[in-house]
Parts: sequence; C-alpha cells; structure tokens
Amino acid sequence: MNDDSSHWLTRPATIRKLWWGFSIVLAVIVAAQLFIYVKGYFGVDGWFGFGAAFGFLSCLAMVLVAKALGFVLKRNEDYYAAGDDDV
Amino acid sequence: MFEVLPPALIMVAGAILIGLLRGHWRSLLVLGTPLLALWAIWQIPDGVVATVNFLGYPIEPIEGSPLRRLFATIFALMAFGGGLYAFRQAKWYELSAAFIYAAGAIGVSFAGDLITFFLYWELMALFSTVVVWCGGTPGARAAGIRYAIMHLLGGVILKVGIEGVAIHTGSIDVQPMLASNFDTWMILIGILINAAAPPVSAWLSDAYPESSPTGSVFLSAFTTKTAVLALILLFPGEPVLIGVGLFMVMYGIIYALLENDVRRILAYSIVNQVGFMVCAVGIGTQMALNGAAAHAFAHILYKALLFMSAGAVIYRTGFSRCTDLGGLFRTMPLTAVCGIIGALAISGFPLTSGFTTKTMISQAAADESLVFVYFMLAAASAGVFLHAGIKFPWFVFFQKDSGLRPKDAPWNMAAAMVLLSGLCILLGVFPNLLYAYLPYPVEYVPYTASKVLFYLQLLLFSGLAFFLLLPLMKRTLTISLDTDWLWRVLLFRIARAIYLAFATLGTALQTRVGNGLVAIRARAETHFGAKLTRAGVFARAWSIGTTALWIAVLLTAYVLVYVL
Repeated sequence: MNDDSSHWLTRPATIRKLWWGFSIVLAVIVAAQLFIYVKGYFGVDGWFGFGAAFGFLSCLAMVLVAKALGFVLKRNEDYYAAGDDDV
Repeated sequence: MFEVLPPALIMVAGAILIGLLRGHWRSLLVLGTPLLALWAIWQIPDGVVATVNFLGYPIEPIEGSPLRRLFATIFALMAFGGGLYAFRQAKWYELSAAFIYAAGAIGVSFAGDLITFFLYWELMALFSTVVVWCGGTPGARAAGIRYAIMHLLGGVILKVGIEGVAIHTGSIDVQPMLASNFDTWMILIGILINAAAPPVSAWLSDAYPESSPTGSVFLSAFTTKTAVLALILLFPGEPVLIGVGLFMVMYGIIYALLENDVRRILAYSIVNQVGFMVCAVGIGTQMALNGAAAHAFAHILYKALLFMSAGAVIYRTGFSRCTDLGGLFRTMPLTAVCGIIGALAISGFPLTSGFTTKTMISQAAADESLVFVYFMLAAASAGVFLHAGIKFPWFVFFQKDSGLRPKDAPWNMAAAMVLLSGLCILLGVFPNLLYAYLPYPVEYVPYTASKVLFYLQLLLFSGLAFFLLLPLMKRTLTISLDTDWLWRVLLFRIARAIYLAFATLGTALQTRVGNGLVAIRARAETHFGAKLTRAGVFARAWSIGTTALWIAVLLTAYVLVYVL
C-alpha cells in the first residue's frame, strides 16, 4: 500500500461517499433540534438551526476577512531576509 | 530550611545533572526528574511554606494553593511528556535548557512574593531563549535574539511595576490587584507581553516555529500559560482583559488562516487559545477563573500534542510548509491519528478536553450576560475548528499527495503522543477528574443535550464552510506582516535613514570644515608665512632702527596708560 497513489481514501468514489455521509450527518444534527431543546441564553441562540448558521456564517466571514487582509499583509517568504541584505 | 523539597529546585538539579550523565542514566534522569518534581508539588500544603527575610522584604519562595498546584502539575507533566518525546532526538543541552525553563514555570506557580516571582520569570525568559537557539539555524539565532529582546524588555517593564508596588504599598505579596495606577499597569503590561497580547503577539509566531521539532513542544507549554496563571493570581476581574482576550482570539484565527508554515499555524492558535483564557480572567467570576485554569490545563496537553505531531512530521520529512506536505496519513498513521485527536480537542469537540473546559468560559460569559463576548467566543470556537481543527490535519496528512513516504514517528515520540492523546480524551470523557482540582467548587455540567447539540452544529457547519471555501484557502509561499514589521523594518529603516543623514552631514561638514581650515591656513600663511609680501607683516625682517622706534612707542604708551 506504501507507494499506492490511489489509496482507497483518495479514490473519487470514496470521496463522493464521504460527502454524502457528511451531508447526512449535517442534516441529522440540524433536524435533531426538532427533538432536543437547545437552551438559548440570549434568545436568538435558541432558534432552530442557529448554531449551524452561526458557525457557517462566522467561518465565511473570517475566511473573507483573512483573504482581504492577506492582500495587505502577505509578503514573500524571504521578505525579512531580503531586508537584511541591503544593510 | 524548608519542610518540603522545592519542586523548581528539583528540576534545576535535574537539568544540571543531564549535562553530567550519559546514556541510560541521562534518559532515566530526563524521565525521572519531572516525576520527582510532580511528587514534590503534591507535598506542598496550602499557604506560605517558608519565609526568608531579604533586604527587609519577606520572601515567600513557596506558597501552596489548589490553583498553584494545578498549574505546577501541568508544567511538570509537560516536562515529562516533552522529555519522553525528546530524549532520544534532542541535544542534551536543549533538554537541560528546557528543564530549567520548566523549573522557572513551576517556580512562578508557587511564588508567594513578587521578587521570587520575578526571578523565576526571568529564568524562564533566559532558558526559553536557549531553547529557541537550539533550533540551530541562522533563522533560529536571529529569532532567538528578537525573542530575548522582547522578553527582557517585558522583564524590565514588569520590574518597574514590581518596584513601584513594593515602594508605594510596602507589600510584595502576590495578591489580586487592579490596573489602577502606573505601577500596576506596568505589572499588567509586563505579564501581557509574555501572554503574547497585542500589540506584541508577533514574538510567539516568530520564535516558536524556528526552534527544533522537539524544542517547540516545550516552548508551547510554559511561557504563555505562566502568564495566564499570573493574571489569575494578580488581575482577576480586570475588565481590560476581556477586550485584550477577544482581540487575541480573533487575531490568532485570522493569522493562522493566512499562514503556510505548519508550526506557525499552531503558534498563532496558541495566541487564539490564550485569548480565551485572558478573556475569562477579565470576566473574573469563579466560573470564569475555573474555566481559565481548566482551559490552560487542557490546552497545554492538546497544544503540546499538536506540536508533537507537527514535530514528528518535520523530524521525518524535514519540511514544515503546507505546500510541501500532504498525504502523509499513508505512512504516518499514528502521528496522523494523534494529530487529529489534538485537533479535535483544540476545537472543543464533545468527548475531548477542549469541550469540557472551553465551554466553561462561554458559560461564564453567558452567566454575566455579556452578549457580545458570548457570541464572539462562539464564533471563535467555530474559527478554531477552521484554522487548527481541520486546517492542520488536512494540509499535513491529507489534501494532495506530496509523494513523501516517511516512516512513522520514533517509538518515544509515539509514546508521548499516545500519552497526551489519552489524557485529552480522558479529561473529555471524565471531566470531573480535572474539575475536582480547580480553584473553586464546580457546579458546571458540560454534557447537556442542549450544549452538545449546539456545539456539534457550530463545529460541523464550520467544517462544511472549510471544505466549501477550500479554493479561497489555497496555500501560498508567503508570510504575513505583523506589528513586528514596525521594529524589524520601519524602525530599521528610520535608523538607517538617520545613520545615512548623519553620514551625509558628516561628509558635508568635513568638506566645509576642511575648506575653512584651508582658507584659514592660507590667511595665516599670508601674514605669518615666510613669503616676503607686503601682507606678511609677522614674517618680514625688520630693521633695528624701526624696531627700537616701535619699542619706544609701546613703552611710552604703556607708561602713559599706567600713570593715568
């Protein structure tokens, strides 16, 4: 298995199955709120699917903010080393 | 002098002996010393154990309390775990330095007065610098110097504060205070520098990834968590800390998302996790302080585990960038599984130690009706899963196949990882094992259906966000600028500009002065020189008659002036 580049975990069929499995888990975890009461400390966080929406949207926001900041902050890896050279 | 053996001194003695012994004896020492220290830690009773008078101040080198023992315990455990991980691979002087570094952390834990506190604090600064230098590369050397400058500067600020408090209040006790005047602010700033708080968070992600694969395991544990302990002891309920903590939480996530170096991702996530604890200390209720202490304990375990997993990969492959790694689950399954357990724990997945400790902090925020803080912490919990929980294992062990087929971790590294993985799950499944040792009584129940469901939704949909947004997170061969740009580049440029300005000024002056001197010399030549010109008055040969006449005139003038 060592040098097998098509490890079973990397086969497209497996990945498709994983996506299906993951999607079902996501659906179940939201649907579970129909049966399990989620205590909201501030009202909104008790809404149906709030955790799911909040988790997804805050991740989206953080990735976008990081992406935007990246345009300003990202430099080549040798940025500081290059700075040292022209002393 | 002492009724108990000071655990910090046991560690120092062990560290010195490591250099003297060889072979199996050294291995035995590396593994035995932290266990002996652990035993000594649990011999320390509550309250001040011994008092020594020094320069008129009562020095209390050892003061016991449940909180102090808890932190000392985890520091000793980490010295053991790190020792087990490193003893066959690390240089003896790295182990030795790491043990004195751990001794500093244990010493700070039991320091009953600010002078002892400061001495152990500086011991940590010095020997953690040595651990950074043990990275052995030019990059490690430079980063170590920057690290040392930052920590010595922090030490000076802390010292100014301690002396101010000692003089103005007359007491050097380690006791709760509020940042209300110059002295206490200096102490707070000095501690916050070690906690990697803004605006100097950059020292952490600058130095830790430059150390050796084994060194970063030690580095991840002590400095920032000692700062958390110091904050709990000295500044519980200091409102400033809530804002500082929230900033750190978000800073860690954003920078980790931008980062390509595996250990730098983990370093940024230390800042993120310490932000949770700093925020909890700022909330300051019993629940919050319990949460800060418990989270620090759990965090040290899973963060060290993550650094071990990353360290094993770097040790085996020599690569530390996400762009070079990938697909390692094939040949490093144990390292991958342990890394994933650490990643789940840091994300606070149910059944891991992160869930049973981090949710205490969120609960404390909810109990105090801190709406904004609560939702920021919830968003951050999602973000942790994003930047550390999935990103780290995904880019290292999965994503594309890098073609690397390294062997799995050596047995001692594997043993250390299995040990810490076990502890992460143990504290997640049986949280009362840890709750029993927290500073205040715990009434908190982590496993309610409501909480578990809420966090599962939060985390799993963060996971969905990760895989959907994967194209946006393509790794690039870049670093990200931080505030340290101000002194590494801007200050450097200003200094160079000033230097160049002075150099130009100097050259200009030299030319000017030079020209001036030439002119003066020329004039002098005219009047004093041997050239027989009309202007060369002083150099001309005078006839005796004229001379006599002038002398007569001068004498007459002198006599006249004298008489008048």
